[in-house]
Amino acid sequence: MVIEVRLFATFRINRFKIKKIEIPEGSICKELLYIVGIDHNDVSILMINGIHSNVLDKLKDKDIVSLFPPVGGG
Amino acid sequence: MRGYTCKYLRINLTTKEIKVEFLDKNNAENFIGGRGLGTKMYMDEVDPKIDPFSPDNKILFVTGPVTGISAPAGSRYMVITKSPLSGTIASSNSGGFWGPELKFAGYDLIVLEGKSEKPAYIYVNNEHVEIRDASHLWGEVVSKTTDTLKEETDPRAKVLTIGPAGENLSLIAGIMNEKDRAAGRSGVGAVMGSKNLKAIVVRGTQKVEVFDKDKLKETYKVALAKIKEDGITGSGLPTYGTAVLVNIINEAGMFPANNFQKSSFSNAEDISGETLAEKHLIKNTACYGCPIACGRLVHIGDGEGGGPEYETIWAFGSDLGINDLGEIIYTNQMCNEMGIDTISAGSTLAVAMELYQMGLIKDEELDGLKLEFGDSGSMTEWMKRIGLKEGFGAKLAMGSYRLAESYGHSELSMTVKKLEMPAYDPRGVQGQGLNYATSNRGGCHVRGYMISPEILAHPEQLDRFATEGKATWTKIFQDLTAAIDSLGFCLFTSFALGADDYAAFLNAATGTKHDAASLLKAGERIYNLEKLYNLEAGVKPEEDTLPPRLLNDAIEEGASKGMVNKLDILLPEYYSERGWDEKGIPTESKLKELGID
Repeated sequence: MVIEVRLFATFRINRFKIKKIEIPEGSICKELLYIVGIDHNDVSILMINGIHSNVLDKLKDKDIVSLFPPVGGG
Repeated sequence: MRGYTCKYLRINLTTKEIKVEFLDKNNAENFIGGRGLGTKMYMDEVDPKIDPFSPDNKILFVTGPVTGISAPAGSRYMVITKSPLSGTIASSNSGGFWGPELKFAGYDLIVLEGKSEKPAYIYVNNEHVEIRDASHLWGEVVSKTTDTLKEETDPRAKVLTIGPAGENLSLIAGIMNEKDRAAGRSGVGAVMGSKNLKAIVVRGTQKVEVFDKDKLKETYKVALAKIKEDGITGSGLPTYGTAVLVNIINEAGMFPANNFQKSSFSNAEDISGETLAEKHLIKNTACYGCPIACGRLVHIGDGEGGGPEYETIWAFGSDLGINDLGEIIYTNQMCNEMGIDTISAGSTLAVAMELYQMGLIKDEELDGLKLEFGDSGSMTEWMKRIGLKEGFGAKLAMGSYRLAESYGHSELSMTVKKLEMPAYDPRGVQGQGLNYATSNRGGCHVRGYMISPEILAHPEQLDRFATEGKATWTKIFQDLTAAIDSLGFCLFTSFALGADDYAAFLNAATGTKHDAASLLKAGERIYNLEKLYNLEAGVKPEEDTLPPRLLNDAIEEGASKGMVNKLDILLPEYYSERGWDEKGIPTESKLKELGID
């Protein structure tokens, strides 16, 4: 299945902004993070299709995964 | 009392009388400083039914006990008066260096009364205080005024000033200090303008004594380590500034576009914090004593200046359907020069664009300027015309609510209590909606920043669509914020620090014996006091609400699709949590408990 990965803030450094990544059916977010090369402990916010999710959540084809390090403002 | 200078200035612009008075110890203990102390003193002295522009109205500039001492980001002062925009209490907060300088001059606050016959400015140079003529500065923009006043007084002086918008009584005029820091909200600049007061220049060379220097040093060390270690204050804010929120709020489908007709913006990347850093940033800037340094110095044409904050980027970006970050930077700069609140200005332009879209505002009113979503060409010029109250700019200068009302569509104004809401669609984030509805100054995000737990996973991740528990969280955030705003800290420290840290600072500075619970209680006292003011001023309890669009029209697409704000569920829970009656009026027993009966 193909997942669209969107990286933000410092996660983009030496990586990418948006990339489509093919992973095996039934994969979870943690496995996707391994492929992208981001330690799951560094992820502050993980969204699947804009909804806050967990590294152990299962992915499905065409999901959009957005990854943020700790960010804030106001 | 240490931490305070224990003295303040009372300046009457009508009689030209300048007095030094002494701080009331009970008031300082119960209401801390800044927002709390200022509100208490203002309420004791001014009829709540007053016309904000009456010479009998007063305006207070109030520091807190940690302002100007060795505390991280203890840079803040509060402007307290009655808001001419909302009719609520206005407590408009700014950082920079002006607040600490006032403490160094030997004063905790300034109470301004009366109205000057001619344009005037005040020069505070330690114990020497003068009211001077400002006729030569009337009509000048903020940067020119600041430079001229430094030349006339002392190059090291700190300058707080209004721009043409405040002079012309625009209801969305702010007060600027150090050129690009703003006590932006609630129209406080117009109150200063109504008194013919252009500026307050301060030079101070005295040290603020604290209760326990060693304890303060130790508290500082612990707090600094927390601020450096925290991902948001240690890395996120310094690297990208507040604008880093653009992408995250947009990904969550709650980044309002086109006056909240939509809740996401397809061009968000073009106006994001990442793009700002990549294409426009020169370097970070910091307020007094701040280890975070979230400020941005950016290229503006051939020059440089303060960069736009997240809320500003939203207001002149997606809320207007605009993706030209360069133009947003120019418009932000024009607002700084004119002394205009960027959130209110962008939101007012947004409702004007919707009214134009509906055919209610006609081209013949616009003197050749554009008013279409997505067209950035006229945006900066509109800000100039707001400041000068020229042509249609005079209508925009009255803010979103009055503009929409004048075309028979007040429901399209994205305001709470006539104050324009910032950059988070409360349909996609329930607790923040409750905070908007119950904020004592109207549609404000920083009275109880529920975005932190609902979106940013700080201190823990809440379900943003759920209503359960949000009343409790909102109350705690509002009470803690009231305490932080009264201490003189920047609210951004709260990403890393908690109530116990703030209590430790207050104790070390002043010798009080607060713990986290008693500090929150002080915050609750302040919150209730503000609520009482609003009720006495004539703000109706039923104004604790959101625009009908956000309660009735579900978001049509994106990650928050199908959502409305469920205020009908949230509000009764909140009133119960606050110990208020079902109409939202503080009960006698609650007021007695807080000692403000």
